[in-house]
Amino acid sequence: MGSNMAEAHPVGFQWVMEAKKNGARVVHVDPRFTRTSALADQYVRIRAGTDIAFLGGVVHHVLSNDLDFREYVAAYTNAAFLVNEGFADTEDLDGLFSGYDPATGSYDTTTWDYEGASQRVTAPMETGMGGPPIEGAAGGIAQDPTLQHPRCVFQVLKRHFSRYTPEMVERVCGVPREQFLQVCDDWTANSGRERTAALIYSVGWTQHTVGAQNIRAGAIVQLLLGNIGRPGGGIYALRGHANIQGSTDIPTLFDLLPGYLPMPRAGQADLTAYLDRVRARNQKGYWEEADAYLVSLLKEYFGDAATADNDFGFGWLPRINGDHGTYRTTMDMIDGRVFGYLVMGQNPAVGSANGRLQRLALANLDWLVVRDLTMIETASFWKDAPEVETGEIAPERCRTEVFFLPAAAHTEKAGSFTQTQRMVQWREKGAEPVGDQRSDLWFFHQLWRRVRERVADSTDPRDEPLQRLAWDYRTEGDEPDPQDVLRRINGIDLTTGRTVDGFTDLRSDGTTACGCWQYSGVYKDEVNQAARRKPHDQQGPYDPEWGWTWPANRRLLYNRASADLDGRPWSERKELVWWDPDQGRWTGHDVPDFPLTTPPGFDPPADARGPAALRGDDPFTMQADGKGWLFAPTGVVDGPLPTHYEPHESPVRNPLYRQQSNPTRRVYPRPENPYDPSPPEGDPDVFPFVLTASRLTEHHTAGGMSRQLPHLAELQPELTVEVSPELARLRGLTHLGWAHVVTARAAVEARVYVTDRMAPLRLDGQVVHQVWMPFHWGPTGLVTGDSFNDLLGVVADANVLIQESKVATCDVRPGRRPRGAELTAFLERLRSRAGITSATGTTLLTAGRSPTNPPPREAP
Amino acid sequence: MTATDRTPPPPVDLARRNGYFDPPPRMGFFTDTSVCIGCKACEVACKEWNHVPEDGLDLLGMSMDNTGMLGANSWRHVAFVEQRRPGTAGPEEQTLAVEARLRAAPRGGSELGTTPLPTAPGGAVADLGMPTVGRPGDGTGAETRTDFRWLMESDVCKHCTEAGCLDVCPTGALFRTEFGTVVVQQDICNGCGYCVSGCPYGVIDRRPHDGRAQKCTLCYDRLKGGLTPACAKACPTESIQFGPLDELRERADRRLAELHGQGVAEAELYGRDPDDGVGGHGSLFLLLDVPEVYGLPPAPVVPTRSAPQIWRRVGAAAAAFALAGIGAFASAAFGDHP
Amino acid sequence: MSGNPIERRLRGWLDAWPVYRQLTGPDRLGRGAAAQSPRSAALRPHTDTPGPPARSVCPYCAVGCAQLVYADAGRAVQIEGDPDSPVSRGRLCPKGSASLQLVTGPQREQEVRYRAPYATEWADLPLDTAMDMIADRVLDARRRGWQDTDDQGNVLRRTTGLAGLGGATTDNEENYLFKKLWTALGAVQIENQARI
Repeated sequence: MGSNMAEAHPVGFQWVMEAKKNGARVVHVDPRFTRTSALADQYVRIRAGTDIAFLGGVVHHVLSNDLDFREYVAAYTNAAFLVNEGFADTEDLDGLFSGYDPATGSYDTTTWDYEGASQRVTAPMETGMGGPPIEGAAGGIAQDPTLQHPRCVFQVLKRHFSRYTPEMVERVCGVPREQFLQVCDDWTANSGRERTAALIYSVGWTQHTVGAQNIRAGAIVQLLLGNIGRPGGGIYALRGHANIQGSTDIPTLFDLLPGYLPMPRAGQADLTAYLDRVRARNQKGYWEEADAYLVSLLKEYFGDAATADNDFGFGWLPRINGDHGTYRTTMDMIDGRVFGYLVMGQNPAVGSANGRLQRLALANLDWLVVRDLTMIETASFWKDAPEVETGEIAPERCRTEVFFLPAAAHTEKAGSFTQTQRMVQWREKGAEPVGDQRSDLWFFHQLWRRVRERVADSTDPRDEPLQRLAWDYRTEGDEPDPQDVLRRINGIDLTTGRTVDGFTDLRSDGTTACGCWQYSGVYKDEVNQAARRKPHDQQGPYDPEWGWTWPANRRLLYNRASADLDGRPWSERKELVWWDPDQGRWTGHDVPDFPLTTPPGFDPPADARGPAALRGDDPFTMQADGKGWLFAPTGVVDGPLPTHYEPHESPVRNPLYRQQSNPTRRVYPRPENPYDPSPPEGDPDVFPFVLTASRLTEHHTAGGMSRQLPHLAELQPELTVEVSPELARLRGLTHLGWAHVVTARAAVEARVYVTDRMAPLRLDGQVVHQVWMPFHWGPTGLVTGDSFNDLLGVVADANVLIQESKVATCDVRPGRRPRGAELTAFLERLRSRAGITSATGTTLLTAGRSPTNPPPREAP
Repeated sequence: MTATDRTPPPPVDLARRNGYFDPPPRMGFFTDTSVCIGCKACEVACKEWNHVPEDGLDLLGMSMDNTGMLGANSWRHVAFVEQRRPGTAGPEEQTLAVEARLRAAPRGGSELGTTPLPTAPGGAVADLGMPTVGRPGDGTGAETRTDFRWLMESDVCKHCTEAGCLDVCPTGALFRTEFGTVVVQQDICNGCGYCVSGCPYGVIDRRPHDGRAQKCTLCYDRLKGGLTPACAKACPTESIQFGPLDELRERADRRLAELHGQGVAEAELYGRDPDDGVGGHGSLFLLLDVPEVYGLPPAPVVPTRSAPQIWRRVGAAAAAFALAGIGAFASAAFGDHP
Repeated sequence: MSGNPIERRLRGWLDAWPVYRQLTGPDRLGRGAAAQSPRSAALRPHTDTPGPPARSVCPYCAVGCAQLVYADAGRAVQIEGDPDSPVSRGRLCPKGSASLQLVTGPQREQEVRYRAPYATEWADLPLDTAMDMIADRVLDARRRGWQDTDDQGNVLRRTTGLAGLGGATTDNEENYLFKKLWTALGAVQIENQARI
């Protein structure tokens, strides 16, 4: 679900095809029949943005038919834990949970607590990798092992999804009851002791205003069916860029330090204050040792200048106090608050939502540095943006100073990528760059060198961290040796000068330095483990000597759950790791994800903390309570359980609750970012269709690495829009003729594909037409076209600030779009007809409103 | 008749017959379309290795296929066939749109060796419609199918046992290699174009800028170095398999039996039969429907074997075409035939 | 490197085929051995490069398909899958298969391009000069966007004058230094495709 694996990850799909040959059943749920659907055993067409309703239906089916893997669920998840008496569910509050504050559009999550445990209310992105701290988690939480208590998580879950029946799934998703039940049967029949089922998703799940909750819904199903931590099970996030996994582990993100340590926030005066927000003093698991991870990072950052006396330089770190995400920053550029922008290997002018917003931001900078292989739209916006045609950007009036620096390609530098399976793979250098082409390592080293020179004699305290920065990497020519950088990321024992073996070696007393605790072990024994290339036919099924997988070269996370309560594999067929009573330790085919000598029946003393506090049946070793979370008592800001909300822009009134859409979604009311209001606020007659988008096999992202290549460009030479024959008739569209797709933001023209791979959905008597487009085009390259991303508005999931780009409302009209000033006027007219202003769609709370009596529209 | 219910014929020792002592086994492809995901890695890997130029940046609209046909600048071609749900209206508009596009498409060698569209005798345009419920082959079990189906197939030179292109080549540019494959030697070809009309599949064609004939070499240079051809090596799902032809035939037979056992009654092997009109292929195909659906001629005959009959035979097949892509094969037969 | 089984067998057959047996034979119709040109006889794969290929990884999606980069005199001449990889087993998709074109094609920019404020065309600029200018601008933007404290007097010690975007296509080591330098500068606005 939410993934078109055969098209977006074709080589990974070989394993699905192999599983299919071995008898696995493959089900594909997607708004559009894709190349993945063509190879699946069953294809299920779904309305875009309704995955939680579908998965909630599966949960309902599992729980109402007692199909869960009860032994697993009772022991390894938080099913038995009791929830606070004050908790009220969406069933009680018409689509809201208890604690909603309409003034801020956010929840006070106090009532979502476990009974007796005290959690601190956490802001999004505040708690890092280990999830939110739970004070008292190590001491045990009130529970009912029989799962009967009305306030135990199991019963809360049952009640929450009680109306997600097959009939409701049909009404919400447009999936016929029989098709839905077939999926339920396949899923449950292939789960349990002897069998496991895998769930695959991609940005079809994340790019929604309920993105994080989509994943939560999948996790709940997989936990209920015992499919987590076991071979053949799991949830696979298929990522779309070579190092997108690595760039969140070793982040180039505003809210994270390496290893998912949160960025310090305003008000955290010192290291202790910071650590108190990150982990509780008496919680379970490895996150309890976050102090060692952070201090080791500070030692790597500031070297000898980081001492216990100066809080290891914690005070030199900048603090965040809100949203500094890419869209917020873009809007700040338009407002003149950002002066310079460095863009490398990314192309926001056509690759980010609301392209016009992006380009207007670029046009309001003092300077812009773009590093890429080829000339891309982000560098050349000042002369070829669509806004040049509309007159909104004129080169002779655009002051942005642009530096385009050619980058070295992946073959022209050594370094590591971390891929979708958490595997770090080293690349050897195979060729030489030419001319001014340089690696990004070179760029940052040279920038550091120059900045350092300029502040060398400064007495301004703000320059201290620059002056103290430890940057003594071994160099090759005029750039650092990437192996030495990876070695520092792995971590060094400062008492011996040797690499540490793993993150359990890290200490909080300043005797270890480590760039990213999670990658500790990647340079174990002074060897670049990521560079290992032992052929797969010379090693076992988990291929431990190919590359290196974080953490600890473990191929399956939470694999303690592959064994039963006594530490024996649930079945011989599905064995992975197990307790060896003779040796008194965990062993198996993979690196066990558990304290090696903690026996299965272990019951820790009451004062135990951290890893030592893990019970023998606590497989989720990073969680504060050691359990898989069916119910998230904190840390997910839009609810402890996933709930079906309509997309921000939708032609459908939420059939489940009067609360139409996610009440915590981040809206950005601005003239450049208008929204089409959904029911009950507006009527879906101007933009009546559902628009969704995805990738084609033949192209990559916004096209910077594919539209320029003749051998790829010829395979998909033009932007297209796929419509069903029914919609084609309705709108007078002809195959290969022109059409323009229009949203509240933009009009984009494309060639029409009339195909049976698209079909209208029937829900509750309402016919919903869906429209699909790829997003690979822009104004430069061998093949050019309008940019799909111009159609999207910026509205985001409150947990992670990912924009909703997989669903919006649109119209499709035959012929080419208007041009220049006519285009601007055309869009104005449509917005006026739909009553759209910069305020429409930004009302978050609709739970109190009657579905049959929408408020009057604003004057057109 | 299926390939499984008869005893295999004695292997044709093709290379030995063509003057090679103790050659390696005859090598070929087995393209199993039942696992093809339509990714076109084969097309790109082939072009990268063999330095085949881009073949026109034009949108053809034949489902996901914008390559259109095999030719001088496309040695692998992935065909996409969208088979409609029964009971829906015929997509005549789409048919006409694709036809118009193909006619205008600057396909690689179209101006030299072939015409881009099949023109049946008398000048009528052949049926280029996407397959409808009434298409040929429905009597094979397809009538019981209720779901929409999307077929994908990577087409390539058949490396015929009796190769028409080779037979008519007057210069010796085309020759049979020690691996039993058929290769054009660029240092000898003078661009006469006889081979173009000699191929009953429309595979070989002349490249516009130099006029020389071009087609799949089964990566002759790679084979000489002991390497798998580029397309087969890249193929993510092993839809394209490379190996000794004898083994591929056995593998194809097993796979066919497996699919028949799973109820895929329409599956058939194409080019498996050494007694067919070209003496069997060096590249076999497992198809999920009749060949016409994929744009392949149902009963190809090497022109040099039965030149007098070819007009009638292929003409009959052309009228039953289900996909525009087969224009390639028909055009070769009809185009500039003497 | 183990290669794949069929390649091992093929090499076995070729090794067992003595050169003198390849030269002549009874090719009655002249369509086989006798028609083979000297060029054809001498053909070799262009992966027969002087050194071993570099072991690399595909730069497109995140599956992590292993690539072998064959180079001659510092220039890549072929990129194909590495059959040893347990991830990809030597296979590549169309994008991965087009990697050679990606890194050697004429679309690659080789020199710095500079567009002055209000200019209507690109201009040349030496790389060193560009880096000096960028360093000056980074410090200037940092200074102008500096914030010591928030409204309540809490320490911020940061700048919002400059922003960075990128990371999903660059290496871990590069990203590490990017975040490290940005953090030392006090720059908090750093983002990548993960949130897009």
